[in-house]
Amino acid sequence: MNTRQGHVVLAHGGGGQMTDDLLRQAVLPRLGNAVLGELLDSGILPSVGQDKLALTIDGYVVQPWRFPGGDIGRLAVCGTVNDLAVCGAVPMGLALGLIISEGFAVEEIETILDSIARAADEAGVKVVTGDTKVVNRGNDQDIFVSTAGVGRVATGRRVSPDLVQPGDKILINGAIGEHGLTVMLAREMPEVHSRLTSDVAPLNGLIEHLMHVVPDVVFMRDPTRAGLAGVAVDLAERSGWRVTLEESAIPVRPVAEHAAEMLGLDVLEVANEGKVVIVVRPREAEHALTALRGHPLGRDAAVIGEIADVADGMCELRTSIGGRRVVQKPYGEQLPRIC
Amino acid sequence: MMGSGSDLCTSLSRLRVSAGSAGRELVFMEVCGTHTTSAFRSGLHSLMPDNVTLLSGPGCPVCVTAQGDIDLLIELAQQPQVTLCTYGDMLRVPGARGSLETARGHGASVRIVYGAMDALAFAEQHPDRQVVLASVGFETTAPGAAAAILTAQRRHVVNFTVLASHKRVVPAMLALLRAGEVRLDGFLCPGHVSVIIGSEVYRPIVEDHGLPCVVAGFEPVQMAAALAELTEQACGRRAELINQYIEAVTSTGNRTAQLLLDEVFEPAEVRWRGLGTIPESGLVIRNKYQAFDAQSRFNLAPAEDHEPRGCLCGQVITGKATPRDCKLFGTTCTPVHPIGPCMVSSEGTCQAWFKYRGAGTCPGRTARRGQEVRA
Repeated sequence: MNTRQGHVVLAHGGGGQMTDDLLRQAVLPRLGNAVLGELLDSGILPSVGQDKLALTIDGYVVQPWRFPGGDIGRLAVCGTVNDLAVCGAVPMGLALGLIISEGFAVEEIETILDSIARAADEAGVKVVTGDTKVVNRGNDQDIFVSTAGVGRVATGRRVSPDLVQPGDKILINGAIGEHGLTVMLAREMPEVHSRLTSDVAPLNGLIEHLMHVVPDVVFMRDPTRAGLAGVAVDLAERSGWRVTLEESAIPVRPVAEHAAEMLGLDVLEVANEGKVVIVVRPREAEHALTALRGHPLGRDAAVIGEIADVADGMCELRTSIGGRRVVQKPYGEQLPRIC
Repeated sequence: MMGSGSDLCTSLSRLRVSAGSAGRELVFMEVCGTHTTSAFRSGLHSLMPDNVTLLSGPGCPVCVTAQGDIDLLIELAQQPQVTLCTYGDMLRVPGARGSLETARGHGASVRIVYGAMDALAFAEQHPDRQVVLASVGFETTAPGAAAAILTAQRRHVVNFTVLASHKRVVPAMLALLRAGEVRLDGFLCPGHVSVIIGSEVYRPIVEDHGLPCVVAGFEPVQMAAALAELTEQACGRRAELINQYIEAVTSTGNRTAQLLLDEVFEPAEVRWRGLGTIPESGLVIRNKYQAFDAQSRFNLAPAEDHEPRGCLCGQVITGKATPRDCKLFGTTCTPVHPIGPCMVSSEGTCQAWFKYRGAGTCPGRTARRGQEVRA
């Protein structure tokens, strides 16, 4: 059977000739490299000498799998690369696990693999090992990806909420909420045409550029599922200091503001996939801002708050109208409102 | 979005000046979940004078739904042939035996929809399922349900029904005043509902009860202006009906939506959480559309009403208690483990208090019940 024209069948995940077919026809032409090409049971990476290793894994189940600005393939590379990068690690290799529903079009698998290849190329990282399984449950639009990543952390480099001190400044590299809102609109209101696109992007280039200028970045985290609120609350709880955010300084594009309003969501709680929250010492804030703005993924960077000298571990928002309120972590599932 | 800063400053200083001359506590009530959320999200409460309080009344659709009605729809969702379509807020409201969320976890078919038409479209795509729209809300969401029923009839969709527990806002406001248990100085009247029903419907509150009514939009600047107007009227012992949301609300409302409502629904006595049964306060499906009424399709008996033990949601939504008065608030009842509906809905007073006033506790830290952020 020619996988090029067909749909995925259970045998594609069986480890036999059909799996080889899929690998040779769809995967290797797109993701092939010296390590992956050996087709060993593990990808063998070079030694890192005195450096430390960072290891991360993330599962990607986004629906729909294709959305304005990206797809599950791009997400599966960027999410894992970003998890490494915000720990100060330089990504060395990715391991990719695909779980595909029987009936999924092979052509669409190829689209996703193309997208993985492009994102990996952008991030300068290679897929060094992988796995494919086919399941006969669910509907034929289901595809799940797990991506593990390994990276090297230069000796002496450490970013941690424990290092945060009062007076430190909080920065973000651009406008928030666009990934989560784009996916929600694509899923819940496909009939709505919006200019919103996902911000999904590999941040390791931006972060290396920043750390070159400001080597002693104190803390970094990518505000994914629980949004900026989730990261800010975590930072407050983990550091024990009060985190103060200035609403008017947080970059939000009007199109995102309107979409959030329409969906009944708080843009602070919406997922990002190309944003990083950064904490630096006050004297470094201007340098860090200039460095971020000098990179294509940081043009709209802004200082959005600071660590206050109050040891209560709360996150406070100074609102655009000059009011104050506490920010809490969202519950988990974002539930649209009734009217 | 926020309006100009100077407008806001003007309104806030008007509010402060008149509140300063009031020489007493002034209590206003809004009856709209979006007003609740906007006030908390923008920090408006932290900018208001100390002697002015804005209470949240029975304006959150999930919160006013009687517990028995919630039990009924959870029970319906558990029937194997049924796909229950619901607005997101309803998903986590606990019933006597679990919530729609836990029912879904046990295999019930529950779908979140954004509008009544989404549920109808799902029914048309899945003729093998009995698709039920759990339709809650005030005069804002009811026209959508009415339109879906009329469309279903026109297209001969036989597997679509609506379990309606719609409410009318004005009878609830009047019932609250007649009960006389809450002292109010005026109403900040809802924006969305008034788009449909118009502003004149609040006239009896002004004339019979002598209370100022101001219809306002949802931006903090609009709410501040409405509060300033209400405070000035209260200080001057005046009671007038003012529509400050003229860009969206007319005196007579949206005639098309009203005709839709009138065609499909009729006013009826229904039960509210915290307010009991109120004559003419609900919208039930007329007999001629009985084929689309889930109540009759599934032969559902009205569920017995009860409230979760210790839960003060009923008193919170009628202004008789604040979340802080509730022993469950922030301890056993939190947004993650809600007991009452006011903690579930993003428009609910308890959730708004918990999230935006810091009344909750941070995991692993000392309880800070009731504490607010102060400079």
